[in-house]
Amino acid sequence: MTIQSIDTSPLRRRHEDRAGAMPGQRLTAMGRDVLSRYGLLVGFLVLWQVSAKTGWVNPSIFPPLDAIAAALWKALASGRLVGDVAISLQRSGIAFGAAVVIGIPLGLFMGQIRSVERALDPILQLFRQTSALALYPVFILLLGLGETSKIFVIFWATLFPILLATIGGVKEVDAKLIEMARTFGASRLTVFRRVVLPASVPAIVVGLRLSATTALLLLIAAEMIGANKGLGFQVMNAQYNFQIPLMFGAIFLLAALGLTANAVLVTLQRRLCRWSEVTR
Amino acid sequence: MSVVETTRRGEVAIRGLSKSFALNGQRLNVLRDLRLDIRSGEILAIVGPSGCGKTTLLRILAGLEVPDTGEVLIDDTPVHGVGTERAIIFQEPRLLPWLTVLGNVAFGLDVRGDARTYAEEKARHYIRLVGLTDFENAYPRQLSGGMAQRVGIARALTVQPEILLLDEPLGALDAMTKITMQEELGRIWREEKVTMILVTHDLEEAIYLADRVLVMPKERGASIRSIDIDLNRPRDRSENRFVRQRKALLHDFGLH
Repeated sequence: MTIQSIDTSPLRRRHEDRAGAMPGQRLTAMGRDVLSRYGLLVGFLVLWQVSAKTGWVNPSIFPPLDAIAAALWKALASGRLVGDVAISLQRSGIAFGAAVVIGIPLGLFMGQIRSVERALDPILQLFRQTSALALYPVFILLLGLGETSKIFVIFWATLFPILLATIGGVKEVDAKLIEMARTFGASRLTVFRRVVLPASVPAIVVGLRLSATTALLLLIAAEMIGANKGLGFQVMNAQYNFQIPLMFGAIFLLAALGLTANAVLVTLQRRLCRWSEVTR
Repeated sequence: MSVVETTRRGEVAIRGLSKSFALNGQRLNVLRDLRLDIRSGEILAIVGPSGCGKTTLLRILAGLEVPDTGEVLIDDTPVHGVGTERAIIFQEPRLLPWLTVLGNVAFGLDVRGDARTYAEEKARHYIRLVGLTDFENAYPRQLSGGMAQRVGIARALTVQPEILLLDEPLGALDAMTKITMQEELGRIWREEKVTMILVTHDLEEAIYLADRVLVMPKERGASIRSIDIDLNRPRDRSENRFVRQRKALLHDFGLH
């Protein structure tokens, strides 16, 4: 970590911004901020709606947004889609949770012991570079077509980002900080708890965010291949039955799920890594 | 000037210390049969060019390196590894970026298992001593280089060591900050009465702070010289005797 002068500290700057601006100016500044950030997105949605309504695009393939919203609302209100959301959340949740519970401790252990890390790295790289989806048939053979193989394929794909990020985080810990702690008489365990662990947190959280994205990706793929429930299945099923508004509704629901998961993790990152600058 | 010895705390005896490293297949003798006594409450500066072994000596005193032969006694007890009666201030502040200034300064007592309230009370005292009271809740990345180094100094002082080991602590600072910090170290020494062993490559810094300057030559085999600095404190860098002392030291290194 580099040392910055107090004058250029982001914290200080933000504080001055807030103190210096008048309420009115602040509101316009906020408006400009929102516009520059979300303007293109709104434009895209408006374009979609207008194109579908006026028939610039085929509305049976790109239905207008209000039709999609209506289809989605109907499916949710009738409870049809609620069960699918629940099972999708359950699958990805269990897999992600297991990857966290196994990946972080394993990564902390592996990162600390150089010989273990060296010995395991090649096989980890091989596993990581092998697409989890390519292994899905293998998992189905081993675990059957039920829930277990679906959860396992998501788990498999989410484990590696967490594991590798944790190992990387532990390995990157500044040896000089560890030495500093030792000069105060800190034991190995204390050095781990007070230096290695907190120093690795930013890397671990980045791994969690990568994994969460992967979890949703694999969830949909697994549900499209062999499921009769779940959001991924509903997207596929709606397309087979040519219920295009419902299909888009399910897709938007998935996007919302991804955004929510990311928002939760960004909040976690802000809270845990207030001291660092890795808030992306 | 001599320090009145009321206690024997923080006395260092170096007995026949040798250390060599392997470099490109060759044995490199960094220290050879070094003998030295450091009085309680003394400031000893160790100067010499890069590679003369001054940092190695300090690291052995800290317990971070083990000598090949010989031993170090602190208050008649041989040194084995790190110990809580010694604290080291490194060239870089080495602050933990996730802790505030207060958390960093309290760190030494914290890892010893002292109660949080006690550790923080102690830490606040030394934060005041180094003049950072207003920055107690700042994070290291919000501090300038000089401020960060002062946090490092406060952290070392908070554990109330008998011996303070300083490894070029002001080496990375700009000239102005350096002078301020040298004055501050002098003030801290007067208040804390701690034995200080200061490794530096800055001759003026050595003369300004030390009771005695140890000159370590680059050439192996050349003898290590010890020079008493007999100037009144607080010292004046522009005073004739100070300038003469500096000239004599420069001469020692073959510089003019």
